[in-house]
Amino acid sequence: MSQLLRRSETVIFLVVLFAVVVIGIINPAAWELGNVFSLLRANVITGIMALGVLTVLISGGIDISVPYFAMAAMYVTLLGMLNTGYSGVALPFIAATVIGLLLGVLNAFFVDSMRMIPMIVTLGTGTMVRGFLLGVVGTANINIDRMPPSLIHFASLYLVKRVQPDGTTIELSAMLVIYLALALLVHLLLRHTMIGRGVYAMGGDKEAARRAGFDVRRITYFVYCLSGALAGFAGLLYVSMSWLANPRDLAGTEIDVLAAVVLGGASIFGGRGSVLGTMLGVFTLVLVNNSLIILHVSTTWQRVAVGAIVIAATATTAWRDRKRLA
Amino acid sequence: MPPPLIELLHISKHFAGVKALDDVSLAIAPGEIHCLAGENGSGKSTLIKVISGVYQPDGGEIAIDGAPTRSLTPISTIAHGIQVIFQDFSLFGALTVAENLALSTELRERRWLVNWRDVRKVAKEALVRLGVQLDLDADLDTLPPSGRQLVAIARALMSSPRLLIMDEPTTALTRKEVEALFGVVRDIQSRGISILFVSHKMREMLEISERITVLRNGRVVGEGPTGEWDEVSITRAMTGHDPSGETYRWTRPATPPPPRLETRGFGVPGLFSDVNLKIHPGEIVGLSGLLGAGRTELAIALFGMYPAYHGSIFIDGQQVRLGSVQDAIAQGIAYVPEDRLGEGLFLTQTINRNLLASSYSALAHHGFINFAQAHERSSAMIKGMQIVTPSGDQPVIELSGGNQQRVVIGRWLMNDARIMVLNGPTVGVDVGSKAGIHRKIRDLAASAGLAVLMISDDVPELVQNCSRIVLMHRGRLIEDLSTSEVTEAQVADRLKALV
Repeated sequence: MSQLLRRSETVIFLVVLFAVVVIGIINPAAWELGNVFSLLRANVITGIMALGVLTVLISGGIDISVPYFAMAAMYVTLLGMLNTGYSGVALPFIAATVIGLLLGVLNAFFVDSMRMIPMIVTLGTGTMVRGFLLGVVGTANINIDRMPPSLIHFASLYLVKRVQPDGTTIELSAMLVIYLALALLVHLLLRHTMIGRGVYAMGGDKEAARRAGFDVRRITYFVYCLSGALAGFAGLLYVSMSWLANPRDLAGTEIDVLAAVVLGGASIFGGRGSVLGTMLGVFTLVLVNNSLIILHVSTTWQRVAVGAIVIAATATTAWRDRKRLA
Repeated sequence: MPPPLIELLHISKHFAGVKALDDVSLAIAPGEIHCLAGENGSGKSTLIKVISGVYQPDGGEIAIDGAPTRSLTPISTIAHGIQVIFQDFSLFGALTVAENLALSTELRERRWLVNWRDVRKVAKEALVRLGVQLDLDADLDTLPPSGRQLVAIARALMSSPRLLIMDEPTTALTRKEVEALFGVVRDIQSRGISILFVSHKMREMLEISERITVLRNGRVVGEGPTGEWDEVSITRAMTGHDPSGETYRWTRPATPPPPRLETRGFGVPGLFSDVNLKIHPGEIVGLSGLLGAGRTELAIALFGMYPAYHGSIFIDGQQVRLGSVQDAIAQGIAYVPEDRLGEGLFLTQTINRNLLASSYSALAHHGFINFAQAHERSSAMIKGMQIVTPSGDQPVIELSGGNQQRVVIGRWLMNDARIMVLNGPTVGVDVGSKAGIHRKIRDLAASAGLAVLMISDDVPELVQNCSRIVLMHRGRLIEDLSTSEVTEAQVADRLKALV
């Protein structure tokens, strides 16, 4: 029992539970089935990106280039589809994932080979990729009339459909399955493969990991490539779900992703974090944003809330880790 | 007699023109506890890295079991049964005890997937082998240092080594834990495993080892069975000179000037009270007492950090008010803190910057710093304090503990300090540098007329340097001993009586 209580996932779960109850009391409408479905749907994109950032954070790095890589991968893939008239689903997602992965190689190269600080590297590559995308590739929105129907059709798949008494229909998006599958995959990677354990070891003590026989270079490439790949995938999924591809979208959401991961108990010093915690963190963040919308709080104040969450969550995990080290 | 397990013959190793190892020969017999002694920077770490295959020597030969080997790599040394436990243990705080133990085995098997059942099994066997019990599922960083060390030892023993190298294994341990560790070490030895025990603590090496090899400046300066050594001979070998028997005595002149520092009824509520202290120019006064007696509080109060003090302070006969650190510095008071790394130094900055840190304002004219003058002054100080470094542009972090302490002291001297408060001036400094720092402090007191308050737990240090030793207990000065009238043993007894 005390083992269970000491786990940070338990603490976050209790926080979520508390938030759920409080929000339910303030606004019972929040827990209508329709809102619950849209709440879960809103977890998907932030969640997939968070899985990558989590891995980087555990390894002792940080990745804030994620949304910019996502947009670049998405936009280039879509333009390719439009120019060739291709109308499949699997291949575009593979393409977006690979583009993200290649951009991740860029991050890993600067972090590992040039021994630069991950924060600065990913800030730089993210800005560069965004600038390059807008300056060279294009700035035009791809509206619903030009969006490949195959993608829209795919992202509209649902698990449950209900017709409400007032005649509107509500659906539980099938994209949740993709998110859960990717989460399971990353969980298995981190927990049950040697390279996953290497990510934890490296985040704990890089020199010791090297001495123990881990290939820290390979691990660095692994985490940034995984993060880039998940970002690329999430980018294309995002526009498929929103039916509009705007290369300027998602800018600034790196802080949401980071907030979710840190809220989920991952340490900014590296070495700690879990997929379950991150998923709870994402859920909490989405819940807070969603509740503020329902309560008619303006979007600017939502940013204040997200910023405050980052500070509060980082402060508590930092405090926890310092206490452990002492 | 069997050939030595490992024998180094005339090993040398250079780094950028500096000879880190020079003609070093060393033989370790099977089942022997061998101690490698030397001060910081004497080449101990380099030698360990040569034996463990991290560095390739530039010259010399290495023989294992009497057979010469071409070159050692980290992997081939492990195959030869050589295991190193580094000072920082190289363990992973966020992983469990079980995983820390099993990681190397899993990596060696080139696995892709983790078999958690195997991990626990392997770890359990490792602990049973060492004969200790630890919670396999506890995160490593919840263990105390002694527990972590056991994990490190258990891990090293997993590969059935024949030689275990322990680099400064007792640094983070209490005396009791050291004894427990020695029990483990002897137990390991009884299984026929050789141990190379690297240390600079003389008492420990005399207690545990059978042979001692002493390094100084990259050369072997002494080697022999432990029975032939004692603390004096080890110190002599490590430092190159006898432990200094010289003492410093300030003699009161016939017509003494007013004391450089005098406090009357000095106190800070709740911390210490009614402190009456006089220190004359050129005098070194020791301050000792138990931890928590109020020593450090007294020191930092003199440095202006408790503005709400009672009583009065006189410097050279003038009453002064020390309401802030700035006031204290302006009055020529310098404070060298206990934790020089945390409070005293900017580790990653250059020596020059560290030396000049408190005197930039004095060097500035209309807000612009005269860098030529600054550089000249810091170079002079590096020379004056005998800081061993190729240049003042070297970051302080690359200096040894003794040299770092000189940088802190040097900084204050640049400020024309008249009164120096030293809190634990030689904590964590090795024997040779310690003597150097003492000599420097005495020189300063004698030649510059500095008044020095030396706070220390090290009784020999106090007796050697101070003319008087003041004992503090529960915030009050309870005794004022003249060092010409008491012996080290008497001072130590008085301190013990306070417990």
